[in-house]
Amino acid sequence: MALSADESGRLGELLTSRAELVTQRWTEIIAGQLRGRLSQAELVRQVQELHRALVDALSKGAVDLNAEDATELRAVLAEFSRGQARQGFSATETATGVFALKEALLSVLQADQDAGTLRDYVSFSALVDQMGLFTFETFVRTRESLIADQAEQLLELSTPVVKLWEGVVAVPLVGTLDSARAQVVMERLLQTLVDTGSPYAIIDITGVPAVDTQVAQHILKTVVAARLMGADCIISGIRPQIAQTIVALGIEFGDIATKASLADALRHVLRLTGVEASRRQSRREA
Amino acid sequence: MTSGVDLGRPQTQSVGSDEDVVRVRQLVRTVAVAVRLSLVDQTKVVTAASELARNTLVYGGGGTVEVTAIDNGRRPGIRIVFADSGPGIADLDLALTDGYTTGGGLGLGLSGARRLVDEFDVQTAPGQGTRITITKWSR
Repeated sequence: MALSADESGRLGELLTSRAELVTQRWTEIIAGQLRGRLSQAELVRQVQELHRALVDALSKGAVDLNAEDATELRAVLAEFSRGQARQGFSATETATGVFALKEALLSVLQADQDAGTLRDYVSFSALVDQMGLFTFETFVRTRESLIADQAEQLLELSTPVVKLWEGVVAVPLVGTLDSARAQVVMERLLQTLVDTGSPYAIIDITGVPAVDTQVAQHILKTVVAARLMGADCIISGIRPQIAQTIVALGIEFGDIATKASLADALRHVLRLTGVEASRRQSRREA
Repeated sequence: MTSGVDLGRPQTQSVGSDEDVVRVRQLVRTVAVAVRLSLVDQTKVVTAASELARNTLVYGGGGTVEVTAIDNGRRPGIRIVFADSGPGIADLDLALTDGYTTGGGLGLGLSGARRLVDEFDVQTAPGQGTRITITKWSR
């Protein structure tokens, strides 16, 4: 629903002539809602910027938020809601930040009470509603892109292949090992084996909460692939509850070496390669 | 992290994707912790739920999982029902044989899940879908 050119002009006039009162009331309403989570100075700046953009758009004759003349206003609104989304404000808080303008306008208009004013107010409200919904949409889009970015970063973060020793690489697995991640892990491990010329790889599953048959199958496939390339794999980080679950499930790791901790696995590999790892307290030899 | 989960009522999770299998695992773990299962039993029931939820997805074409905290008067426990309206299991004994698979897995999911829980019940018929109920009691 668009404003008529007259209404648009009257709203612009009202916002200009009563600028101080409107922005003050507007700021008060938002401040009451955010309870000090945004500094007063920042809040005043935001409100003034929105106010200025709105007056600008109206003075250019914008009758609708989608109008050409409202481009600047849309940009300011989008910037406002992106800021709110990044700072962790909720969608409701962001949208009501704009809807608060209605209440501010109402308190300014309450002084004169003729029917024309009421009709104007209803049309102004429609414009503010449009602005609120636009803010809401931008907010959701910003959040979605944040989530997508984080998911991507997580996939990157969660599959590092680290060099533990000369000729020994390790893959610390953390979280859920689904097919997509298992594929990434296998590719990275095999590539690192080639790049570093390592004959040994340790797959550490300390951070995997549950080892079911699918996870086991992914690990077994990775081990077999590494073997085809001439590298030996050791699986470490098998906690007591995981060991018991694997036995009950009936999964067999065959002749693949498994160890309780990453340290044990590294010691095992070093012994195989003939490196002496000296300990302060020598254990009793069997 | 028991907040947001009302343990008095059955919790339902639909299974339609791999992410849903993860959600089932998290839900089962939350309830298993709440009914005070030991760490080993938590891991066992979560693993069993993971297997069966994946079967619901892969072989049943998706379905629902219902998790309930229960109490038989002497000890608390967790009951999980996996239901799908897929093709059903034609030969249950064969499906429960270790190493038998029609889907390229290890063939241990169904039989292994049975060994991981205290009670295991399957209702299925060709074309009638499958309904598996498992129960794990706290010791």
